[in-house]
Amino acid sequence: MQKEELIPKVGVVTEIRQETPDVKTFRVVGTDGRKLFEHIPGQCAMLSVPGIGEAMISITSSPTVEEYMEFSIKKVGVLTSWLHAMETGQEILVRGPYGNGFPVDTTFKGRDLLFIAGGIGLAPLHSVINYVRAKRENYGHIDIVYGSRSKEDLVDLEEITNEWMQEKDMNVYLTIDREEEGWDGHVGFVPNYVQELNFPTTETAVICGPPVMIHFTLQGLKALGFTDSQVFTTMEMRMKCGIGKCGRCNIGDKYVCKDGPVFSFDELGELPDEY
Amino acid sequence: MITRISSEKLPELLQQISEQEKLYIPVDKSDKLSVYEEYAPGKVMSLKLNTLRSAKDFFFPQVQPMAKFRMEGKKIEVMDQRTETEDYCIFGVRACDVRSFDVLDRVFLADPVDTYYEDRRKHATVVSFACSEPSETCFCHSFGIDAAKPDGDARMWIANGNVYLEGITEKGEKLLQSLDLAALGAAADDAAVQEVEAEQQRVHEIQKRMPLYSLKPTDNRDKELEIFNAPIWKELSDKCLGCGSCTFVCPTCQCFDIEDFDSGHGVERYRCWDSCMYKDFTMMAAGTPRKTQLERFRQRFMHKLVYYPIRNDGIYSCVGCGRCLRRCPIHMNIVKVMKAMEEDA
Repeated sequence: MQKEELIPKVGVVTEIRQETPDVKTFRVVGTDGRKLFEHIPGQCAMLSVPGIGEAMISITSSPTVEEYMEFSIKKVGVLTSWLHAMETGQEILVRGPYGNGFPVDTTFKGRDLLFIAGGIGLAPLHSVINYVRAKRENYGHIDIVYGSRSKEDLVDLEEITNEWMQEKDMNVYLTIDREEEGWDGHVGFVPNYVQELNFPTTETAVICGPPVMIHFTLQGLKALGFTDSQVFTTMEMRMKCGIGKCGRCNIGDKYVCKDGPVFSFDELGELPDEY
Repeated sequence: MITRISSEKLPELLQQISEQEKLYIPVDKSDKLSVYEEYAPGKVMSLKLNTLRSAKDFFFPQVQPMAKFRMEGKKIEVMDQRTETEDYCIFGVRACDVRSFDVLDRVFLADPVDTYYEDRRKHATVVSFACSEPSETCFCHSFGIDAAKPDGDARMWIANGNVYLEGITEKGEKLLQSLDLAALGAAADDAAVQEVEAEQQRVHEIQKRMPLYSLKPTDNRDKELEIFNAPIWKELSDKCLGCGSCTFVCPTCQCFDIEDFDSGHGVERYRCWDSCMYKDFTMMAAGTPRKTQLERFRQRFMHKLVYYPIRNDGIYSCVGCGRCLRRCPIHMNIVKVMKAMEEDA
């Protein structure tokens, strides 16, 4: 029997965590209580609710989590508002996984890694960071820079403080846009902070966040001597099918759903500037 | 082997095929329009050059139900109500539209396979129909298509008061063998072969006199960025209304949308044709990367003439059927774009 790519499976939402005022993380399993499907860090899934809508969402949990998948979702539209309003036990529709994912077992292997995220941009990186933590021996030193508008907008802050910051040979640098009471950490925009921290060009970098943050962070990394081929990002486009057929997520000759969403900046440099 | 029967026997030939499997033929709807319809006794096959809409509808219908969902409390039930399509025959497809099936196959049958398309595609037998009078909007020749000898599972010529039939694939041969052609006075002799050759030559001569005969696409696979950034797009797209007519009549346009319809008795998910010419096509919560009609217009033609060939061994996603030349309300078309790409890029 042919795999049915376009017919979704039923998933049950077993846990909902409020991460920030507008971000919730949803834990999903199949109706049999098991994980719906396996994935590679950086891959996405199409989530939908009948009659409400369907959207491509990053799988936030690491593939090394055997029991479930998680999705950290910001409330921005019709579908995501519906998801934010639902309660545990609710069934939703899931299909996937889609996309290429990060080259965790090839390009990244044995390398020092630098993860740079802004806001909800941590969601797609969360999966790869936890994958790398689970297979710590395969990777070198790890630096993580994560920034948000304010302290309460930092996603996964508890996990970052209690787990990531305790990890061996892994440094986490947090920053928020403006001073606020109860915050004694760094204040300032992510691109500037990355430059201040002056990371060595031996690291392979991954950036995800709002387009303007990606733009200036890339410039900053290049000023530090990073080349386009050692900086990766994950792209976002409107998608309907997820399998390179509906024709709307292309950047030039590449389909983000199938050839991406992960690209290095030298790959993107060969494509039209239309994203 | 080429089999000849008298064209007076065409209705009987259609009748015979329809007794084997469901049969679709082009029929005239007015003096200018023809469309594909299911055959019924008495329906006459149109001899017009091309149907209003292309034959892609058979494999990629304008609206395709995908699944049904029932929601009860927190539960969702998914119902895939598809049944396998029965064998059917599409009769009288022109050479350009036959090539469009190859173009679509490379999208829908590429891994991972689109099973909705595959089911419709594999159960169809395509009998093509050679053109006898190519028109001035025809340019299939530019893409290496022979209007006088179309592909398909079997092909047909109508000339000299005769119908000539030739099987091409196993499926096509099987269809012809299942018919009682002897009862229609069929003959398969050397003369039939020569008559068809003469007909092909005659059509090739007509093509040479057509205005678009010398039009040739340029292989721009290594100039993706150069052409994308070329100044040609402003002038070409200035008058585009974004109506999407070109995409709907195009035999190779394959963009689709997936939407849900709540009937009150459950939700039906369907897919339907969409158009890259529409401004909400790429709209996301944060905005759209194609903000003006220039970007949307450029996307359509870059896809057909550059992006698709890059992904598909240099094959173009245009078959020269000329439908967009006849339908565009502002008289813009792919021919003008091809010429501009050649001159200015």
